[in-house]
Amino acid sequence: MIEALFFYLFAGIMLASGLMVVVSRNPVYSVLFLILAFFNAAGLFVLIGAEFLAMLLVVVYVGAVAVLFLFVVMMLDINFSEMRAGFQKYLPLGLIVGGILVFELVAAMYGDVFKGATLPEAMDISNTRALGNVIYTKYMYLFQVAGLILLVAMIGAISLTMRKREGVRRQSVAAQNLRSRAETVEVVSVPSGSSPENLSTAAVKSTKTTSRNGGNT
Amino acid sequence: MAFQMTDIIPALPEIFLAGLALVLVLVAAFGGEEAGNARRVTRLSLVGIAIAVFLLVQGDAMPSLAFGGMFAADSFAFYMKALVLVGTFAALLLSLRPEGNDDINKPEFALLVMLALVGMMLMISADDLLALYMGIELQSLPLYVVAAMRTNSLRSSEAGLKYFLLGALSSGMLLYGASLVYGICGTTDFAGIAASLSSGDLPVAFIVGMVFMVSGLAFKVSAAPFHMWTPDVYEGSPTPVTTLFAIAPKVAAMALLMRLTYGAFGQIADQWSQVLVALSIASMAVGALGAIMQTDIKRMMAYSSIAHMGYALAGLAAGTPAGAAGVMIYMTGYVFMGAGTFAIILLMRRDGQAATKIVDLKGLSRTHPLLAIGLLVMMFSMAGIPPLAGFFGKWYVFLAAVQAGLVPLAVIGVVMSVVGAFYYLRIIRLMYFEDTDAPLDAEIPAVNKLVLGVSMAVILLFFAGLGGVLTATDTAAIALMGGAR
Repeated sequence: MIEALFFYLFAGIMLASGLMVVVSRNPVYSVLFLILAFFNAAGLFVLIGAEFLAMLLVVVYVGAVAVLFLFVVMMLDINFSEMRAGFQKYLPLGLIVGGILVFELVAAMYGDVFKGATLPEAMDISNTRALGNVIYTKYMYLFQVAGLILLVAMIGAISLTMRKREGVRRQSVAAQNLRSRAETVEVVSVPSGSSPENLSTAAVKSTKTTSRNGGNT
Repeated sequence: MAFQMTDIIPALPEIFLAGLALVLVLVAAFGGEEAGNARRVTRLSLVGIAIAVFLLVQGDAMPSLAFGGMFAADSFAFYMKALVLVGTFAALLLSLRPEGNDDINKPEFALLVMLALVGMMLMISADDLLALYMGIELQSLPLYVVAAMRTNSLRSSEAGLKYFLLGALSSGMLLYGASLVYGICGTTDFAGIAASLSSGDLPVAFIVGMVFMVSGLAFKVSAAPFHMWTPDVYEGSPTPVTTLFAIAPKVAAMALLMRLTYGAFGQIADQWSQVLVALSIASMAVGALGAIMQTDIKRMMAYSSIAHMGYALAGLAAGTPAGAAGVMIYMTGYVFMGAGTFAIILLMRRDGQAATKIVDLKGLSRTHPLLAIGLLVMMFSMAGIPPLAGFFGKWYVFLAAVQAGLVPLAVIGVVMSVVGAFYYLRIIRLMYFEDTDAPLDAEIPAVNKLVLGVSMAVILLFFAGLGGVLTATDTAAIALMGGAR
């Protein structure tokens, strides 16, 4: 009873937020709704006893992928209204593709195409533990190769995006900490009634440059 | 299941190279100034590959499976790994040369090539659908990055992006096919798949999955109609990267295709044979006809490699041990022809700038007689003129096709080789019968001489060592067809 209640709660919110991902005007809202959908999907996984998948969904999809999306949406200058312009035009095609997908899912569920595959027997241990039993033993080889692939992804991303540019100011913490107060801050007496613009420009300039550039190399 | 030495020893070359790559990450990161450090990393990689060859040769010759049957080390793996190691060694060696505008002086280059090399070796040894996919990704990802390595060149970025998108698409197709195959057979193990195929009739879904997997791999070997990326990637990538592309990865992908078709799907050769016949004919035609109109030599080499893959697939389509041996002989010649040709293409410079148009080769016989002879040998070998290595590759491939009853395929293959000979001979004509007023740079670095010399020696003297090659490839083919199981 209570399970059914939670199922409909999670499923309902997930469907609603899935719809909102598509229809909301602001792309940032779309990504936030996507995150909500992921959370509810995780809840559904918990209900069917797949707690590891639920955890993974939250950690990987919410923690990394969705946040990455958010960064992309907010940092890149993409004209979303332009991208949305073809919505009406592409709607029939989208509906056809969606219809085929639904048909395939139903066929796979009620057909007997995959009779050959054997389901592994459910054991008395939790699925996190069941995974842990094989991933570092039976699948150790694949686990290590996956590690190398991730290393390649890191090296690739860094070597393609990091460039040595001229005139880049890098922070030198040691130099910043080593300098004394006298080198950095200059006390200028400001006569009452005068605005900072009226001060002798030389004094202001030197204060500004030392405080900004003091520790930078 | 605990790990034992029986798991580690068959995979020792791979483990060594992967460990070395991790050390090289540190060298690349903390090695200081860029160009010098890049050379240092490349030199260390070369030493590492030499040690890996030693480990491979020293290794146990007995066929063995490691890591729960996911990793197969047999004489087939030995032969193909030796080819890939030699090819990568040559490509890295050729990247060590004076700086130019088509160079990549980043320490990450050699590092990523080493990781790709590990991926290629894992592909060759893959004996499980999961291991197959992991190997392919470990090989492909570094190659996408090195294709785009010259970040200030638009063409290089374009090449990297194209390669990445189409590569990701092909991985998707491969995975979809693999999931169907797994769904039908209930196992990811090649031996298990072969066992489950021997009983009963085949569901349609299995055929669909198999065709998807073969298509995904056809992308990786750039067989037509999955070849679209090849010319752009070859042309846009920095030349040292193109050199690598032209030599090593296709050998690994071909080996994987062989292991999948002969190993896992060995019982149903009549099913995949027709797919491979279609791929083979299309590749031979696209390669031969497409190359004729090219003006850039790197682009021409791309079409030439599509054609070569077509010829190799003709042997594979035969589905017999003789076919497998023919493909191995073909790939042997392919590696050395690629290394030799690119040793010369890398030298095509004028005033320190890369000059990669075919007409830049005009009058090469007057300005660089030795280079002209080298290129002459390579082009004759690619055209399949006896007694060079390329001829024997084609001979054994078509012989196997005829023996397997694929006479039309062999006839088309021979016709297409004649068409293909046209553009190889055009290069020779330009070199010997035309004059130039803008000669190429005179300087020839020692590494290019070395690679060209060794390649020429192998291609010219191939017939002398043919007996040994035949014995090795026959043994490897038998191991591939189920000797190890």
